[in-house]
Amino acid sequence: MRLRCSVNGRRLAETVCPADRLLDYLRARGCTSVKEGCGEGECGACAVLLNGRLVNSCLVPLAHAEDADVLTVEGLPDDDPLSGHFVFEGGTQCGMCTPGMVLAAHALLAECPRPDRARMQEALAGNLCRCTGFEGIYRAIARAAAP
Amino acid sequence: MNARECPPRKDGYDKVRGRARYVADLGRADVLHACTIRTRLPGGRVAAVHWGPEVAWAEYVVVTGDDIPGRNCVQMITDDQPALVKDRFRHAGEPVVLLAHPDRRALAQAAAAVRIEEEPGAGPVFDIDAALARAADGTVFQEYELRKGDAAKAAAEIEWRGTYVTGAQEHLYIEPQGMVACYQDGTLIIEGSMQCPYYVQAAVAVATGLPAGSVRIRPCATGGAFGGKEEYPSHIAIHAALLALKAPGRSVSLIYDRAEDMAVTPKRHPSRSIVRLGADRHGRLRFMDIDFVIDGGAYVTLSPVVLSRGVIHAAGPYRCPHVRVRGRAVATNHPPFGAFRGFGAPQSIFALECAMDDLARHLGVSPVELRARNLLGDGDVSPAGQRVEGIDMPGILRRALAHSAYDERQKACRAWNAREKRSRRGLGIATFYHGAGFTGNGERHLASRAGLRVRAEGTVEILCSNTEMGQGMQTTLAQIVADALTIPYDWVQVAVADTGDVPNSGPTVASRTCMVVGRILEQAAADVLERLRAQGGLPVPHDPQAFAQGCARFHAACGPLVCMSEYVAPASAWNEATFQGAPYGSFAWACYVAEVEVDLVTYAVTVRDFFALQEVGRIVHPVVAAGQIEGGIAQGIGFALTEKVVFGADGVMANNRVTNYILPTSADLPPIRVVFEQNGQGAGPRGATGIGELPMDGPAPAIVNAINAALGIALSGVPVLPEDVMAAIEGAKGGRHAIAL
Amino acid sequence: MSGRWWRPRDLACALRIRAQEPAVCVAGATDLMAGGWDPAGSYLDLSALAALAGIRETEAGIEIGALVTCTALGRHAVIRARLPLLAQSAAATGSRAIQNRATLGGNVMNASPAADNPPVLLAYGAQVRLASERGLRSLPYEEFHTGYKTTACAADEIVHSFLVPVPDAGSHQYFRKVGTRRAQAISKVTLALAGQAGREGLCVRIGLASVGPVPVLARTAAAVLRAGRTAACTRERLQEALQADIAPQDDIRSTRLYRDRVAFNLLKEALCGFPTWSDAF
Repeated sequence: MRLRCSVNGRRLAETVCPADRLLDYLRARGCTSVKEGCGEGECGACAVLLNGRLVNSCLVPLAHAEDADVLTVEGLPDDDPLSGHFVFEGGTQCGMCTPGMVLAAHALLAECPRPDRARMQEALAGNLCRCTGFEGIYRAIARAAAP
Repeated sequence: MNARECPPRKDGYDKVRGRARYVADLGRADVLHACTIRTRLPGGRVAAVHWGPEVAWAEYVVVTGDDIPGRNCVQMITDDQPALVKDRFRHAGEPVVLLAHPDRRALAQAAAAVRIEEEPGAGPVFDIDAALARAADGTVFQEYELRKGDAAKAAAEIEWRGTYVTGAQEHLYIEPQGMVACYQDGTLIIEGSMQCPYYVQAAVAVATGLPAGSVRIRPCATGGAFGGKEEYPSHIAIHAALLALKAPGRSVSLIYDRAEDMAVTPKRHPSRSIVRLGADRHGRLRFMDIDFVIDGGAYVTLSPVVLSRGVIHAAGPYRCPHVRVRGRAVATNHPPFGAFRGFGAPQSIFALECAMDDLARHLGVSPVELRARNLLGDGDVSPAGQRVEGIDMPGILRRALAHSAYDERQKACRAWNAREKRSRRGLGIATFYHGAGFTGNGERHLASRAGLRVRAEGTVEILCSNTEMGQGMQTTLAQIVADALTIPYDWVQVAVADTGDVPNSGPTVASRTCMVVGRILEQAAADVLERLRAQGGLPVPHDPQAFAQGCARFHAACGPLVCMSEYVAPASAWNEATFQGAPYGSFAWACYVAEVEVDLVTYAVTVRDFFALQEVGRIVHPVVAAGQIEGGIAQGIGFALTEKVVFGADGVMANNRVTNYILPTSADLPPIRVVFEQNGQGAGPRGATGIGELPMDGPAPAIVNAINAALGIALSGVPVLPEDVMAAIEGAKGGRHAIAL
Repeated sequence: MSGRWWRPRDLACALRIRAQEPAVCVAGATDLMAGGWDPAGSYLDLSALAALAGIRETEAGIEIGALVTCTALGRHAVIRARLPLLAQSAAATGSRAIQNRATLGGNVMNASPAADNPPVLLAYGAQVRLASERGLRSLPYEEFHTGYKTTACAADEIVHSFLVPVPDAGSHQYFRKVGTRRAQAISKVTLALAGQAGREGLCVRIGLASVGPVPVLARTAAAVLRAGRTAACTRERLQEALQADIAPQDDIRSTRLYRDRVAFNLLKEALCGFPTWSDAF
């Protein structure tokens, strides 16, 4: 199929196999922030925003990216405040879950600008983190949410 | 917290922006993808390997045990484990054939066309009791005994005897393991995910027969490890190297998918402890007699050192005149178990801390009271025969209870349980310590070296072989060096731990990087200042500008400035025969408090709140330190409640998918509240001690003690699944601990 | 051999392909891609069919297109107000990232006995509507699952939509998923109950997941409850009846014994919402 989509604001058009994974497509185009942790939609390391919605890119066939806007952390502005808070508040350790986690946090803040702990717990439950115990991640989100 | 105490993580921005390069991101052009074909039976002989005629084998790089130029072993403590099986093997999942090809699909087709003909061996053994039953056949890998006084002969007014078990635990670092190897111009360069570059170098040199100097190991960003990338990276590196040797000039990428990683890489050793405790009627411990056994799996790997740490921690931070801990590591037909955060201590501490609660119930005193009467204080002698100085464990217990509002919560739990029908609440505690650095004389044998490379403009590179796997070592070591040199944090970087460039400062394990390597770097920094003063005109005192000027003068006059320093062993010694002496450079000490709620509809346990107070000597970076504790506790909660490794009939992990191995998610974890105390008496830089493993020790016993308190039952193993809670409640019905439902 | 991937834009075209090609139907693709999809396989991708989208209120109930995602179900004001159990089960399906992709039609058509939404559809007495070139037919959802991973959906049919009757005001509704953990879990037992107290006994429908090869409608237990709380309807009788309805197994996630016990506990908890059974648990 001929795939037209936008990745981090860059318009792409090329011939692809519709059943191929969005994960592999993005990585092959330099978005190596998109990590493969499990390949079955369980860990969230490959999470990206597809038309503003959090999805696991390992579960998205390219057919479903047609005409879509895809955002990875490479597409966030350099001064993205949330990313900075992840650095300072202990939101990242090994870093493998981090890009997906940052995007999950962005998706949360977009629909709920001042999330409480329960809301954060719910929103991040599909992004496994083995390092932080989530406390540093919550601190980062809370900092980003603060006025 | 100010910016000096809490500078940004060195690796922070690269990680949040997705720029950090992990092994899967190396993206070499012209790469050969590789895979491993393995045994299926739990022990036996490889009779033949059949190669499907439909495959054009000439297109592939193929390696078998016949292609090993050096010794066919993975060098570790003993060299009993083959790099590739040629004949006999001991477990399902042992590597036999390696394949590489530029196209992944073609690789998968060829892998499916290799058939290993296996003859079964003697009946496999998969659990500790069965292994002990045949122990006469020499299947005990290692046995140790810690002796203080004479526990066998000691008598006590009140005795408790219980059996406690812990299950295997999978690391589930989010980055699966992998290596990329390339052999060119007589040098083998291997990049990948690892904790111990020099272990990998030594093992690859042995298997390939190349001189160590021709094997260059370069760690890339390591996406979590927790001990899981201590020994196994050597296997993958050897395999990638063997393929690379047959395809000179090509990069060979051997990266496991999640299912393979979970099936074949080591897990935490399962354990079984029989704990006998004796006390007088006032609750003072008279003896502790502990039989601690771990399942080593099919090969020795690291089991002896896991065992020794387990044995030393088995008797806890308690005062007791007669202590005996017998430790054994037994052989089974599981894939070998290995290093995992805590390294044997979480297993033996679980047993003792649950037994302490059981003894308290037996004595009719509270678990708090029993501990308060027996915890080590200043001047007491530990079970390892070491005099404790500057530590007041009863005070730590007291302050933990006060901070966590233990008494009020206890009352609230009782009120809840009297009122509510569908759930029960309870509190549990654990008091424990964890030694940092290699056990016993290990650091002496390691004789680590680390150093600093000082550039003309005043920036400094740390040269050590420890890797950043998320624990924050780049940040904490940079802080230690910046402090020691009185220069800005930004001027200090940790060099890539390339074995061609950095000295061997030992493996990145055992909570040793900050404490041991940090201390060596402090010494190196002192040497740098001395040389700059002598030959660069550095004034005393100096500011950063003067430091930079001193560096410039030194470089102009004398050339590059590199200062290497070595580990200096303390005077205290360790007796390997009796397990008496100074087992560790220093300890971290802690009291953890868990509050749980057990749902009587589903039998599910929720940790409502987790409180952790620890004495850590000194904190280098408050956020990094808190992150170690918070993350370790989360892993401990998983170890306690959800993370069950289910073994198949072949002895290999059967639930080897992320969907079936149950990690706690954000929704499963309680608020984790961390309090540090800092007495400045650790053996590391300015009194710091290691803290990475400590938080793994406390959660499981605190949580099980809380569940038992909530329900009046006597669970004695982890993980505690809802199915186990249900069985315990059923078992208790009508019995001594009847629960009114 | 490279496979085929059809992504028709209109229903007629989709039904024509369905009638002619042995292709696997795809909606949100979450089960397909997680379950080891075959890049060389043949797939009929329904995700671009507007006819299968949307939620509508009708006289007979609420019509839910097969392509409605779990996120949409969980957030839709009408669903939350009038079919609250469906909003709950949708929000309990996988994680947020899964809910953004997974569809109700896919969840049902994948026919996992552990799927989270079928117990609710059973409890609500939903109809499933199947489309083919032969036309649109309606089937009680309780007749849809015919065996482990088999359904009444014919080879030329696709799941078109669901018609879910709205429970009467004052009815009691209960949903609880017991998973391997609190979120992003596969269910070990799930129970949904909807209904009301009648003149004699209770008039309820009970749907369960993970207690047999297919999602289960507990007819025997419901019959016992209909009899009213008399000598004929004791806790023991009810437990026996529920056990007759379900056939749980040991597997990698749980045990038969646990599922048996917890299914009954959930039923008791659900019944606590009725005055006559307030002491059930």
